[in-house]
Amino acid sequence: MEIIGIVNYLVGFAIMAAIYAVFALGLNVHWGFTGLFNIGIAGFFALGAYTSALMTTRPPDPALFEDFKFGGNWSETQFLDLGIDLWFFLGLAAAAVVCGLIALMIGYVTLRLRDDYLAVATLGIAETVRLFFLNEKWAANGSKGLYRIPAFLEGSVSPEHYDYLYLVVVLVVLAILFLAVERAVKSPWGRVLRAIREDEVAAEASGKNVFRFKLQAFIFGAVIMGVGGALFAHNIRFLSPLTFDPLLATFVIWAMLMVGGSGNNRGAILGAFVVWGIWTGTQFLPGIFSDPNFRFFMIGVLIVAVILLRPGGILGEERRITRAADS
Amino acid sequence: MFALRNTARRMIPEWTPGRITLAIVVVTLVAGLLPFVKMSLIVNGVFLGAIIALGAIGLTLIYGVLNFANIAHGDYMTMGAYVALFLLTGLFPTFGIEGEGLGPLTFGYPLLIALPLAAAVVAAGAILLDVAIYRRLRRRGVNAVVLAMASLGVAIALRGLVQVIWSGETQHYPREFRQVFRLPLDVRIPPDSIFIAIVAVVLVVGVYLVLTRTKMGKAMRATADNPNLALVSGIDTQRVIRWNWAIGAGLAATAGVLLAVFQAQLLPIMGWKFLIPLFAAVILGGIGNPYGALVGAFVIGVTSEVSTQWINPSYKPAVAFAIMIVMLLMRPRGIFGDSG
Repeated sequence: MEIIGIVNYLVGFAIMAAIYAVFALGLNVHWGFTGLFNIGIAGFFALGAYTSALMTTRPPDPALFEDFKFGGNWSETQFLDLGIDLWFFLGLAAAAVVCGLIALMIGYVTLRLRDDYLAVATLGIAETVRLFFLNEKWAANGSKGLYRIPAFLEGSVSPEHYDYLYLVVVLVVLAILFLAVERAVKSPWGRVLRAIREDEVAAEASGKNVFRFKLQAFIFGAVIMGVGGALFAHNIRFLSPLTFDPLLATFVIWAMLMVGGSGNNRGAILGAFVVWGIWTGTQFLPGIFSDPNFRFFMIGVLIVAVILLRPGGILGEERRITRAADS
Repeated sequence: MFALRNTARRMIPEWTPGRITLAIVVVTLVAGLLPFVKMSLIVNGVFLGAIIALGAIGLTLIYGVLNFANIAHGDYMTMGAYVALFLLTGLFPTFGIEGEGLGPLTFGYPLLIALPLAAAVVAAGAILLDVAIYRRLRRRGVNAVVLAMASLGVAIALRGLVQVIWSGETQHYPREFRQVFRLPLDVRIPPDSIFIAIVAVVLVVGVYLVLTRTKMGKAMRATADNPNLALVSGIDTQRVIRWNWAIGAGLAATAGVLLAVFQAQLLPIMGWKFLIPLFAAVILGGIGNPYGALVGAFVIGVTSEVSTQWINPSYKPAVAFAIMIVMLLMRPRGIFGDSG
């Protein structure tokens, strides 16, 4: 009985860690490979989560809600129902597209300018997205939050075993994204990104259109974050603007990437599991260590410590530049 | 990228035809809208602008001299506000320094002592953080974005620290209820706002005098302009950097205390939320340009306040952000910078 409880806890933990790993992968595309400083991950997180949730959820009963009106109802539309819950993938895709479009707009304005303008713009978009979902009650029920978000393949297994199924789903998505990012960054395209990160002027002088590559990388990373948001929405099945506070939707992800090893995709995933393990594990410790405020403080200290003492994180970046240079 | 440095050298704008056109368009727009705007919103926006200005001038100075975006600047503000809270409610009462409701003001004379002390504590803290973190990274020759990244870590740690010590609950300075001044045109001014404006004016004039009249100020501007040239000219850049942090963080802490007075409350997230208007003001004025930041601060303060006449007030940060984006599209180097 006790062992089952522990296993269930670990499965729940692994789902969240794997979802965070998706965000860490996205941030790795931004920061790890291209040097784009995104401090508004929460914005893409929220946008991805809300997009998928709103598209797939039923419109609310007008008798129960005065202001809240919206719902895409994909999970109950006939043409999407081919017995395999196709809506789930369409939700992920919609989240990816919306995040990609916002990234295109933000990137188009700021990526031609100094590096840190992007940081400020991502901060602004995160706050704007949060304010939108907080104030526009018709869209997502404001601070009361959005619930009854459908779950993927619900009913195909008994509710107490559902987490096992969803863990598999999240791990499969994570694996696909991991392979996609690995392939992208090891391609000539990825080499240009790293060249830009190391020396923008040199990359420009080699005839690379730095702005375009940065924009592509920014959109790519944001798309991954959108998928992560969607996975999160269908796991928690309840969203409110408070879900996306900067701590758990931005700062923790930065700590994960820095600890795991920025510029290394395995490191990003490892970092997600390690930091989420520390974050959730410390709540069982006695005294100040389980104080959420103290853990908040430690997240900041952790980021600074990694930058100062071990800039490469646990795994560090692979030194390999190209297959041709190996032989 | 390189042309940006020039904006710091040319602090006072030249009047080119492009700028004159822009000025005319802006003035016409403002004059056209004015009859429809509630006077009280404009007045309130000016006071908010004064607080933004104190934060933004410090931020832009640090930006200019150290060449990185100090993400922790908002949390230096928070720190200042909470250090003053500790002095007012923890330390001072043990020495019998207590009281609220000084004349027409909600707070008492202890705040006048706590304000400079909090600024000094935060300034000293900022110098220590520079020695412990940023100086090491500078010596390693890292990219400016890595410095900004480190300042994100500092920002998180500072806010965490504030929450550990003072909890995440809303707090306020010892205060007494006071009537607002009622002026014509339905303008209501809380007396505290007059105090805020006086402090802001004194400090802005002070910074102006330091930057233009003292050797250190000139050295700061020279370092902002070209650090290597400044170094070979015999300027002690380490000293410049220390003063730069002291002034920037001191102003930020003051802005934090004033914000806590203005909003009549303290929250650990107050500084982080203030980052958007701060950066909007800095970018509007052109990075590294303190006079630009001053103008930018009032533009952001007044516009976001006035916007509440038509837009839901909680969208204020989004309005500041929107102005910044429009600005980046039209004049990416700030009001006083070159276009394009």
